[in-house]
Amino acid sequence: MAGPSPRRSGFGRAGGTSPAMTENAALSIASTRTVDVSGVSFLADLSGALFWEEQRLLVVSDLHLEKGSSFAMRGVLLPPYDTFATLGRLAAVIARHDPRIVVALGDSFHDRTAHERLSPDDRNAVAALQGGRDWIWISGNHDPMLPRDLGGTVADEVTIGPITFRHEPTGTSGEIAGHLHPKARVSARGRSMERRCFASDGLRAVMPAFGAYAGGLSIRDAAFARIFPRNGFVAHLLGDRRVHAIAASRCY
Amino acid sequence: MPQMGSASTIALPQAGRATPSTNPVLRLTCHAVPPRILQTSAEPAALLPDRFQAWFAARGWSPRAHQLALLEKAREDRSALLIAPTGAGKTLAGFLPTLVELSAQSVERDAGAKKNLVSTGRGVQRAGGLHTLYISPLKALAVDIARNLERPIAEMALPIKVETRTGDTPVSRRQRQRRYPPDVLLTTPEQLALLLSSDDAPFLFSSLKRIVLDELHALVTSKRGDLLSLGLARLWRLAPQMRAIGLSATVAEPDQLARFLVPQPDGKEAGADIVVAGGAAPPVVEMLDTRERLPWAGHSARHALPEIYELIKANRTTLVFVNTRSQAEMLFQNLWSMNDDGLAIALHHGSLDVAQRRKVEDAMSAGRLRGVVCTSSLDLGVDWGDVDLVVNIGAPKGSSRLMQRIGRANHRLDEASRAVLVPANRFEVLECRVAIDAIAENAQDTPPLRTGALDVLAQHVLGCACGEPFVSDDLYREVRTAAPYADLSRQDFDDVVDFVASGGYALKTYERFARIKQDKEGRWRVANPKVRQSYRMNVGTIVEDDMLKVRLVRSRGGGQGKAGGSTGVIARGGRLLGEIEEAFIEGLSPGDTFVFSGEVVRYEALVEDQVYVSRAHDKDPKVPSYMGGKFPLSTYLAERVRRLLDDGRAWGGLPEQVRDWLSLQKDVSRVPAVRELLVESFPRANKHYLVCYPFEGRLAHQTLGMLLTRRLERARARPLGFVANEYAVAIWALGDLSFMIRDGRIDLDALFDPDMLGDDLEAWLAESALMKRTFRNCAIISGLIARRHTGEEKSRRQVLFSTDLVYDVLRKHQADHVLLRAARADAATGLLDLRRLGDMLARIHGRITHRELDRVSPLAVPVMLEIGRESVYGEAADELLAEAADELVKEAMS
Repeated sequence: MAGPSPRRSGFGRAGGTSPAMTENAALSIASTRTVDVSGVSFLADLSGALFWEEQRLLVVSDLHLEKGSSFAMRGVLLPPYDTFATLGRLAAVIARHDPRIVVALGDSFHDRTAHERLSPDDRNAVAALQGGRDWIWISGNHDPMLPRDLGGTVADEVTIGPITFRHEPTGTSGEIAGHLHPKARVSARGRSMERRCFASDGLRAVMPAFGAYAGGLSIRDAAFARIFPRNGFVAHLLGDRRVHAIAASRCY
Repeated sequence: MPQMGSASTIALPQAGRATPSTNPVLRLTCHAVPPRILQTSAEPAALLPDRFQAWFAARGWSPRAHQLALLEKAREDRSALLIAPTGAGKTLAGFLPTLVELSAQSVERDAGAKKNLVSTGRGVQRAGGLHTLYISPLKALAVDIARNLERPIAEMALPIKVETRTGDTPVSRRQRQRRYPPDVLLTTPEQLALLLSSDDAPFLFSSLKRIVLDELHALVTSKRGDLLSLGLARLWRLAPQMRAIGLSATVAEPDQLARFLVPQPDGKEAGADIVVAGGAAPPVVEMLDTRERLPWAGHSARHALPEIYELIKANRTTLVFVNTRSQAEMLFQNLWSMNDDGLAIALHHGSLDVAQRRKVEDAMSAGRLRGVVCTSSLDLGVDWGDVDLVVNIGAPKGSSRLMQRIGRANHRLDEASRAVLVPANRFEVLECRVAIDAIAENAQDTPPLRTGALDVLAQHVLGCACGEPFVSDDLYREVRTAAPYADLSRQDFDDVVDFVASGGYALKTYERFARIKQDKEGRWRVANPKVRQSYRMNVGTIVEDDMLKVRLVRSRGGGQGKAGGSTGVIARGGRLLGEIEEAFIEGLSPGDTFVFSGEVVRYEALVEDQVYVSRAHDKDPKVPSYMGGKFPLSTYLAERVRRLLDDGRAWGGLPEQVRDWLSLQKDVSRVPAVRELLVESFPRANKHYLVCYPFEGRLAHQTLGMLLTRRLERARARPLGFVANEYAVAIWALGDLSFMIRDGRIDLDALFDPDMLGDDLEAWLAESALMKRTFRNCAIISGLIARRHTGEEKSRRQVLFSTDLVYDVLRKHQADHVLLRAARADAATGLLDLRRLGDMLARIHGRITHRELDRVSPLAVPVMLEIGRESVYGEAADELLAEAADELVKEAMS
């Protein structure tokens, strides 16, 4: 069940990277690579992170580390690989952009004692990621009391220029928040597809959850209507090879 | 160990008939039931006590030969499998040995020691105790059987206590039943599992003399059968004196079914004795010879509506079977719209409210109905004496299945059941034709006995730990006495125990959270009472589809559904219409119309677990909710359809319209030979089509279509989509497929090479929604995640993690985990039908015939017509997303 192996039949070349024609059509659409918030253009990474190039700032939200073991404590023995998987993806996106600052936008840990359950390896992995850059843990409702020994700085919110990073969205202009785990479903001709997404109306944005076990909330939920007053926001869906911008009203 | 060794098999004529010395059963491949030798040795008088003979006589009956045969088996202390058609008095046959034994015992009991307490070594027990356990697949059936048993018991004044135990039985009575068991307890496989998981199971079952398994043919085809087999294995250990009686419709491999009923000795096979009730008059089955033009495609059979109505009118009571709920809805609606005579026609399907269904069943029993439109929801259940005609709409799918349905129209064993098959399209004519031939030959195509699933075993292991602590070695031996688990490897067993204990992960971090723990003697027991409680809440193997509530609201406008992207938030509330599968709704876009609850509605929005629809005034729904039914065309009937096509002389038995259609196909393209795969390619409306005809059923075809599309994409043929039905797969592409085949850029042998089940399959499984659904079912059955928490059932929306995400992570980090193995085993036979696809690819290897055509061929028309009607499949995320984004651009630019 591992990934594609080198053995191939005589039929074509495998690898699944050849873009289908429908995607070519989509390539003509402008501005699907960025999410704009109050005049700042963020690069939307397929992993669900945002990168602010000028500041070399990377923001990820809702890592929910140790969610698996949190359930295990209550007798639901989910596979214990979620922290490893999440940190692996985080390491990859950090390697891609080499940020100067990393902002973890709250709910980085699934519960108040989750950081104590980090394995020594995972703890070292976090420390390695923090090396040579500033690291800001924003507190979330799942992890309101983060300890100091995790490295980095703990804060309730951070403002840089026109942008404010906080966990729970309030709907103010210039805000980048998480907490809601936006996802969106689109369908055509009897097929449908659901993906995590950024939700943004150009003035504010809600980030998708980054954690391997973090589920989603449909952007048609009333919670989003409260943040985006005119309801005219765009869902930037995370595809396999690119981000697709689709009006929220077309999703469900 | 009770009764090993070879089974003796007897067949019996119906009582009061001349003995047929030769049973004219045709041997047809391996599917025809082999003829049985007849022996009726014992006289009724020797087997039936006076009281019983008098009772039979008083009712003007004489005991049937197979009923006596089961008495004889009981006297010989043998387990037995009774194979009998509907209406043969099967249930009474199953209970007679118990009634006779208890009537004798009761005399002794009356004589003196009424409530003796007896030490059993494990505890104290009332003399007598539970004598017979009856297991039914339907709880309603258990309740009905209890009612039916009361009659002979009362009329013969037998002091026998019969009780039922189902999910509806009040807690107080359940507790009493465990302390003071009745003589006969009627229950379901799930309740048996629950009883076995209690501390006092040894007390309750040690006195057990007999277990009666009703509708065994239906039980053994699913994971419920696996669960039941494990429960049986436990019972054999608790009550070695127990004997089993299985009651079954005719099956393809009775010897295999007979194995289910007795413990399997290590490395060998043992089976119960087989008793075959003979003498049922062969059914009279016809195909509707419609006056109308036969449709090319579709499943509505709308062309034959007046004729179906006439049939209902001409008979006293007609059962009209269809394959899906939505077909039932549609047909019911259409029949009422022409019901000028006001015939009492009712609707019965699984999504209807239980009370509603019971009302229909009661009206049916009382003879108040002229017709019932129903789905497989009525395949099993109590017999209704008065049904005189069965109409089967659409594809019969399988020969045994059809025979069982037709058996529902048996008022008396010696009268022939009558059935009319109504094909809804031309391919279904072929299928109906071969089904009729198969029935005439009594050819059976029930599936082979299952290999026991590992997720069910996990549930059972947890159940065992909830009762008395177990030692692994002992439990392994016990489990292997169950026929489906006879070949279970020690490795698999140990992996399952490890999974139950601490998740079975390579990364050993959950030891401290273990659900079961070993004591110093190595015995496993539950770690805390919560685990036991959770087991009790989640027992069973039936995972319901996620259902959403459908509410009728006023339309938000949006015109013809074109500008479906409305912006307003939908008004909450609205009248509740019923429930619908979440999977169906997920495939819809707002604005799509479909039939629900007898009317055409427009899909407006989905908010949490509520689907909002408005009344649409369209005559035809845009999206047919035909999901093909649960079962694909059987391998056996498929083979017969291929042979019929290949044999031009046999076309004489087909309606003229169909003959002409096939002849035309022969002229312009080719009619596929039995073993070959015909592939046609042709252009149409700026697209290029490839159609192939494997006849392997919809599920295997969907998987094939998915894999072929991936391969064609790699070959840069730019495929756009595909559609699959029971007989064919059609793929369309922008690339010139005919040209690519001609110049060798597409090599058909390589395209259909069985190696597609290697890497391509792996790559697809990583993202397949069907595979994720399969995994979720395994996760629930195995107890990894709970379907119910204390008190209430939580919908998936309320569960705080997604099994899809768990699947992704587990697949990446421990690909050989026992749950993934269980899911893969399911995929082989379940929603993806991989085994059948593999068999097909092997069969056609090197036997592909290609026809390059300049237009669509007659044979391709049906599947081509389903483009746009059926869902178009494809799971490539970016293409779909890009398409949706593309639409937005068009809208913005216009």
